[in-house]
Amino acid sequence: MSLITRRTLIAGGAAGAGLLLSGCDQVAQVPALRKILFSGEIMNRGLQRALTNRDALAPEFSAAEMSPRFRVNGTHNPNTAEYTAMVAENFAHWRLQVGGLVAKPLSLSLAQLRGLPARTQITRHDCVEGWSAIGKWHGPRLATLLNAAGIRDAARYIVFTCADLYGGAPYYESIDLVDAFHPQTILAWALNDHVLDVGHGAPVRLRVERQLGYKHAKYVMRIDAVASLAGIGLGKGGYWEDHVDYDWYAGI
Amino acid sequence: MTIATPSPAPADAPPAPRTIYRHRVATRLWHWLNAVTIFIMIGSGLTILNAHPHLYWGAYGANFDHPWLNTIHWPSYVTIPAHYNLAIARRWHLLFALVLAFSLLAYMIVSVANRHFARDLRVRLRDLSAANLWHDLREHLAFRFHDPADPRAYNIFQKLSYVLVIFILIPVMILTGLAMSPAMDAAWPWLLDLFGGRQSARSIHFIAASGLTGFIVIHLVLVILAGPINEVGSMLTGRWRVPEEAA
Repeated sequence: MSLITRRTLIAGGAAGAGLLLSGCDQVAQVPALRKILFSGEIMNRGLQRALTNRDALAPEFSAAEMSPRFRVNGTHNPNTAEYTAMVAENFAHWRLQVGGLVAKPLSLSLAQLRGLPARTQITRHDCVEGWSAIGKWHGPRLATLLNAAGIRDAARYIVFTCADLYGGAPYYESIDLVDAFHPQTILAWALNDHVLDVGHGAPVRLRVERQLGYKHAKYVMRIDAVASLAGIGLGKGGYWEDHVDYDWYAGI
Repeated sequence: MTIATPSPAPADAPPAPRTIYRHRVATRLWHWLNAVTIFIMIGSGLTILNAHPHLYWGAYGANFDHPWLNTIHWPSYVTIPAHYNLAIARRWHLLFALVLAFSLLAYMIVSVANRHFARDLRVRLRDLSAANLWHDLREHLAFRFHDPADPRAYNIFQKLSYVLVIFILIPVMILTGLAMSPAMDAAWPWLLDLFGGRQSARSIHFIAASGLTGFIVIHLVLVILAGPINEVGSMLTGRWRVPEEAA
């Protein structure tokens, strides 16, 4: 075996690897190929929903298994004039609006929300970046509110609109009805036996335990039942989905 | 139309190189599909790791906890995409995870059916005797990778490394990958029991990926030492020329 052939082959292999690497960057730019690349989300969601129990509960932990410190991520403080005023008066005039495709829109005060039957769950929060933290969450099931409002048959998604602004518009997220009516999907107003603080999403944040952290909207102001995500934001169901191509289905 | 009859070779000419059919089509297809898939998985995996390059043991692990390993920041010439984009890296990783898992499954089914596993990868007890291991190691160091009496057979180190990759490393990659999915953890909580929590699964995912990377490096070096044209050619056409010294 001549050395030149070996060298050619090794160089060829290295060049091939380099081409493949830069090729991967090109693929994400070509619309047809991008569609194939993005189809993984639909396949993964379809497989998970088809092969596993849709009502399966996320693992719950004991108090001894909790993270010593639950880090703050995303918005640390919305810092808008409206939000700062609400904090100053301890959310006395804060109202949670529940509307959209519902028979009876609701407007709940924090006292009313805290008066609802609540669920306590020690669960693991998984950030899309890879880290995990275990904390104890407390609040009413989202299903309790949706049943009280009576969502219409046409509703397919539940959209959460928040008090923190991203690029000048309120942060928003959405989930489907499988997750909305899941027993562990709650509107948490307490973390680790303390009323939720500003860093963790005061006064109320969503917990949707079988999905990644960015789905867990903080500072929730409005909840809407909708038939389609089109026309909301850029139509992909959430701030990160709209602006940086995150998967709408964040169960993986 | 006439067919030229080849003239008989002179009696004193060296024997023509002997070629044997060594790799079946399923093995070759899976090899190349897997080569591309694992390349994409490692590149996109390193981008995902760059998002939080700290590894922990147990169920949880974040900035205020104690990592057992802080990795380097992976440079752009090894990541997919080259410029940090977690969302696109996840798109690559989670699409090709399906290719990795289902192509391994298909390859395993075919290789049981066509007896590839039984014939070529079965490790016999006598293969593992100290004498045989020592013999094959000496042969390796002399760059002789084939048994002249049975050149088609894999040597013991080949068998062990292929068994390690096919039956341990890639399955561990797939299962630890699933264990990082919050929805899969709800559906199949045994995944967490198997690996000792999500952050342990993430650490083991990295360790198994390092093992695979090590395998790829050694595999490529040995392909080059064994004669890259013949080896790469055999994985393309299936036909492998028996090396002179082994003939």
